[in-house]
Amino acid sequence: MKGIRNFVDKIKPNFEKGGKFSFLWSVFDGFETFLFVPNTVTKSGCHIRDAIDMKRGMITVVIALIPALLFGMYNVGYQHFLAIGEIADFWKTFFYGFLAVLPSVIISYVVGLTIEFYFAQKRRHEISEGFLVTGLLIPMILPINVPLWMIALATAFAVFVGKEIFGGTGMNIINPALLARAFLFFAYPLKMSGDDVWVRIGKHHQAIDGFSGATPLGEALNDNIAAIHDTWSISDMVLGFIPGSVGETSFVAILLGAIFLLITGIVSWKIMLSIFAGGYLMGLIFNLVGANDVMLIPAWEHFLIGGFAFGAVFMATDPVTSAQTETGKYIYGALIGILCVLMRVINPAYPEGMMLAILLMNVFAPLIDYLVVQSNIRKRVKRAKDVMVKI
Amino acid sequence: MAEIKITKGLDIRLEGKAEYVVKPLFPTKYAIKPSDFHALIPRMLVEPGEKVKAGTPLFYNKDQEQILVASPVSGIVTDIIRGDKRRILEVRIDADQEIDYETFEKRDPIALKREDIVAQLLKSGVWSMLRQRPYGTVACLNRTPKAIFISCFDTAPLAPDFNLMVHRQDDVFQAGLDALAKLTSGKVHLNLASSVNVSQVFLKSKNVQINFFKGPHPAGNVGTQINKLNPVNKGEIVWYLRPQEVLTIGNLFLNGKYDVSRIFAVTGSEVQQPKYVKAFLGASMKELLEPFTLNSGELRYISGNVLTGTNVGIDGYAGFYDNQIMVIPEGDHYELLGWMMPRFKKYSFWHTYLSWLTPNKSYRLDTNLNGGKRAFVFNGDYEKVFPLDIYPVQLMKAAITQDIDNMEALGIYEVEEEDVALCEFICPSKIAWQAELRKGLDLMRQEME
Repeated sequence: MKGIRNFVDKIKPNFEKGGKFSFLWSVFDGFETFLFVPNTVTKSGCHIRDAIDMKRGMITVVIALIPALLFGMYNVGYQHFLAIGEIADFWKTFFYGFLAVLPSVIISYVVGLTIEFYFAQKRRHEISEGFLVTGLLIPMILPINVPLWMIALATAFAVFVGKEIFGGTGMNIINPALLARAFLFFAYPLKMSGDDVWVRIGKHHQAIDGFSGATPLGEALNDNIAAIHDTWSISDMVLGFIPGSVGETSFVAILLGAIFLLITGIVSWKIMLSIFAGGYLMGLIFNLVGANDVMLIPAWEHFLIGGFAFGAVFMATDPVTSAQTETGKYIYGALIGILCVLMRVINPAYPEGMMLAILLMNVFAPLIDYLVVQSNIRKRVKRAKDVMVKI
Repeated sequence: MAEIKITKGLDIRLEGKAEYVVKPLFPTKYAIKPSDFHALIPRMLVEPGEKVKAGTPLFYNKDQEQILVASPVSGIVTDIIRGDKRRILEVRIDADQEIDYETFEKRDPIALKREDIVAQLLKSGVWSMLRQRPYGTVACLNRTPKAIFISCFDTAPLAPDFNLMVHRQDDVFQAGLDALAKLTSGKVHLNLASSVNVSQVFLKSKNVQINFFKGPHPAGNVGTQINKLNPVNKGEIVWYLRPQEVLTIGNLFLNGKYDVSRIFAVTGSEVQQPKYVKAFLGASMKELLEPFTLNSGELRYISGNVLTGTNVGIDGYAGFYDNQIMVIPEGDHYELLGWMMPRFKKYSFWHTYLSWLTPNKSYRLDTNLNGGKRAFVFNGDYEKVFPLDIYPVQLMKAAITQDIDNMEALGIYEVEEEDVALCEFICPSKIAWQAELRKGLDLMRQEME
C-alpha cells in the first residue's frame, strides 16, 4: 500500500494547478480517489461523518445488478444454442453469452466515461460515480443484436443530452440509461424490435425450422397469447429462459438484486412496491374488462414478461429521477405500474410499456413532488394565519 | 404533561463517555469570542491591561447597544485578538485567584415587573444568554417572545447530563424560571427526558409547563421540541436557553452576582478516563484538559459536541454556550480502496456497511470526510433522522440556491444548524448542510430585519 501511495504522491504534482497535466486533473482525481479514500478532513459542521460516500452507494447498485447480468450472459448463450438446435454444456453456453455481452459493456463504459471525464474536467469537478451504474444498465436493457456503434451513439446521446447539459449526476430529469434505449427505439426502430433482434444466431449458424425469435411480450401484443404458453413454461419465465433484453429476462435474478437493494436501503421499497401494486391492479382491471386476448393475460404474468421487473427494481428507483418525497414515491410508483400495463395492452405499437412509463413519470416526478411539498407549505401558511386570527 | 415520542433520529454511539465525577478546576486563562453570537458586531468597552470583575461588560452589540457581553471572571484583560479586517476574534482575560463579582441588586423576580427584569438582565450582560429563533441570534430587544423553551437534556453523542448541573440548586433554578416566566406572553416550556433519571430540581419546577420527550437524538434539541410544541410562524419569536443559563439568571436575582460557573463534560475517544470538570464559561482548553491524559496522535479539540461544536484547537477556549469538550482523532490519512472495504471499525447509518447489525457497539471515529463532495443523489434517508415537520432536502436546496420565497415557505424560521446536523452526518454527497443553512439564515435575516 505504501508503495502505491508513494507513487501516487510522486506523480500528483503534475496534475495539480500549474502542473504539466493539469488538464487531466479530474481524471487523475477520479483514479486517485478510486484507489484511496482521500485524506480530506471535515472543515465545517459535523466533525465526524458517516462512512458512506457516493462510490459506496453506486457500487451497491452495481453489485445488485450482477445476478441479472450473469444470468443475462448465460441466457444469451442458451437462446443461441436453442435457436441453432445445438446442445451445449453450461460453461460453453455461458462463455458464448459472455463474449457476446462483454463488448457492449466495454463500449458503453468507454464512451460514457470519456464524456463524463471531459465534463468533469471542464467544470473542474470531481468525477461523479453515477455512470458506473448507467454504463452497466445500458447494455442490459438492449437486445443482444444491437450493433456496437449504435450502443456508442446512444450512450453518447444519453450522457450528453440526458445528463451533462443539466449539470451532471444529480441534476438530470430523466434516467440516462432509459434515454439511451428510447433514443435507439425511436431512431432505429427496426434494430430495436421485431423478431430478429433478441436472439443472437451468429453469422456461421442457421436457425432451426420453426424458430421465431419473438419475445413473450411481442407474442402477447400480436394476440398470440396461446403461443406464449405453448413455447415457454411459467418456470421458464420466472427463471428467465426467454428471449428479451440482456438483463431483463430472469425474475429470480432481478429479485436477488432487489433483495440486496432493499436490505442495503439504497433504493426505495415504496417505489418498488407501488409499481408492482399499480401494475397488478391495472392487470386485474383489464382481466375484468376482457375485451380481447391481451386483456386476459393474468395480471401477475405482466411481471414476468418484458422489462417490468427490471424497470421496477433498477430503473424506476433511480433516486435522482424518481419522486423524492415519501408520499410522492407511492404515487410515482403506482402510476408507472398502471401506465406500463396500460401501454402494453392498449397500444401495441409500443410493446415495451415499461420504458415509456418510467420516462413519462420521470418527467412528472418533479410535479408530484411539487404537489406534495405544497401541502406542507399550505399547512405552514394556515398555521400562521390561525395565529393571526387569534391575536 | 403528555409525553411526546420522537421516532425519527439517530443515536451515534461513540467511545469516551464522561464518568459521573465532577472535578473542580481553577483555570487562569479565559476568553470570550464574539463569533459565538450570530450576527453580533462587537464594540469594545475595555482595553488590554484593564481590570475587570466577573460581570463587567467587555463589549456591546453595535446594532443594539444595550446588549452587553460580560467578563466571566475577575482579572485583567490581557489581549484583544483581531483577525482579517480587524474583526475581533477573542477577548482574553487572566483570572484572579479569588473571583471578585460585580454586585447587582438582589431582588425576588416574582415581585418584579417585566421592565425591571429586562433592565437587570441587560445591565448584567446576562441577556446575552437568551437566544431566539428564528436565526439563533441573541434575543432581540423590544420583542416579546411567544414562548420560552428550555431543553433540560441533551441527546447528542456523549452529551453532558444536565441533572448534574442543577444538583442542589433548587432555589436558584426556580428563581431563574420565575424571571423567565415574566418575559414571555406565553408559557415557559421545561422539556425533560422521559426517563427515570430526571433530577427532582427539574420535576418540582413551578411556573412552567413541563413536557416529556422520548426518542433518539435530536429529541433533546430545542428545535425539535419547539417544532412539536409550538412551532415558529413567520413574524413570531421564541426564546431558548439551557439549564446552566437559567442558573445564571437565578443567581443574578437571588444572589445579585454574575455567576457563570459551568460544569463541562470532557469526553471523546482520545480522553483517558473522561470525567466532568467545573470551571467558568470560556475557560481555556489547555487548562480544562490539564487533568486528563490524552492519547497520542493528531487530535481535534472541539468545544461543544461532535455534530455541532467548534474546532477550537488545544490553544482555544470553550464557547460561550458550550458545556462539553470533545477530543477525537484527526483523520487526514489515506485509506486504500476504503469505500469498497467492509470497514468494521467505521460507523454508518446506511446498511451498505454492517454497523447497523451491532447497534450497541461504541465507535472511535475520526474527522475524515470519508468521500468527496457531490450533488444530491440519494434521498429518502435524510427524513429518517429529521423529526421536524419540514422537508429537509427541499429546504436545503432553497438555501443553497438562495431562494428566499421558498426558504420561508419551507420553514427556515424554525430551524438552526443543530437541527440538520444529523442530515449532514449521514449525507453520502458530503454536502455542508450546516454551513449552507447558516448562509440561508443570514440571507433571510438581512432581507427581513
